[in-house]
Amino acid sequence: MESQVIVVTSGKGGVGKTTTSANVGTGLAKLGKKVCLIDTDIGLRNLDVVMGLENRIVYNLVDVVEGSCRVKQALIRDKRHPGLYLMPSAQTRDKSAVSPGQMVKVIEHLKEQFEYIILDCPAGIEQGFQNAIAGADRALVVTTPEVSAIRDADRIIGLLEANGFKQMDLIINRLRTDMVRKGDMMSAQDVVDILAIPLIGIIPDDENVVIATNQGEPLVGSDSPAGQAYANVVLRVEGKEVPFINFEKGISFWTKVTGIFHKA
Amino acid sequence: MRHFFRRKSSCEIAKGRLKILLISDRVNCSPEMMELIKTDIAKVISKYMKIDAENMEIQISTVGGKSGKGAGGKHPVLYANIPILDVSAQEHAINLK
Repeated sequence: MESQVIVVTSGKGGVGKTTTSANVGTGLAKLGKKVCLIDTDIGLRNLDVVMGLENRIVYNLVDVVEGSCRVKQALIRDKRHPGLYLMPSAQTRDKSAVSPGQMVKVIEHLKEQFEYIILDCPAGIEQGFQNAIAGADRALVVTTPEVSAIRDADRIIGLLEANGFKQMDLIINRLRTDMVRKGDMMSAQDVVDILAIPLIGIIPDDENVVIATNQGEPLVGSDSPAGQAYANVVLRVEGKEVPFINFEKGISFWTKVTGIFHKA
Repeated sequence: MRHFFRRKSSCEIAKGRLKILLISDRVNCSPEMMELIKTDIAKVISKYMKIDAENMEIQISTVGGKSGKGAGGKHPVLYANIPILDVSAQEHAINLK
């Protein structure tokens, strides 16, 4: 099976890697793809809760690597979406429990049955990051329009390049158009200019993301701004050309005029 | 029309800071190394003219930021700002001989 292995990474913590992994994975499954999500954050697992699958964990990634169980036994099937599986991380171990070589082996095995393997990368650039990128051939770099997140994203892009990554796409998360308009937040274009990699998604700051996480059900495809934006990311991951949503629609003519002055 | 007289927006400030920050991050130049470069430059220039080494500044940046890719421009430039105290340079140079 021709499969794509995508790592979702950011450098900085708390910018939305796990949310993005959950939504992109779920979205691809909704399109009928066979998807495996892997939580590579050993010691701080989160993807299971965001996916609402925390009660069904028996075995995890470390068990697979250590040979305590077969790969199939560690995969949790998401009953809501046929074709969607999660391999959870271990909560009671640390990063050194897995090596990049072992990750590559597990991924090679999974490639036989999945079209997409999505790796949720831990924050930082240490071994957890090295493990997550080892078996991947493509990256989604998540950032928010903030100085600290952008700086870390730039560092991550440099490291991915050094590791031979050819395809890296940028997701700008938690954008607030009202603040951009006032000149108090960098626009998506500003961030793209700085990081200089292709843009694959702009996710507006949306309280529905918090609600969806509370419920353990990714909001991709739902009738909310972030749900729509994630649905478009999924289509772009699939290689389709989708125009970016203009979240500014509905703004009065006057605001647009003063907006021009702000830029001057 | 208050906007015309407004100070720099926080977005502009963020962009400016990032531009400088990312270049030094990318060049991977430690502050210690920058300090060494600075003292060496001061030494060389002092051979020819009297400078204010205390107040000189060096910084890595891009060419006017107009390289088409913003801070993503691939050619960083080292700027040195060296205050000259005495321009009667020749005299100084001759003394060295």
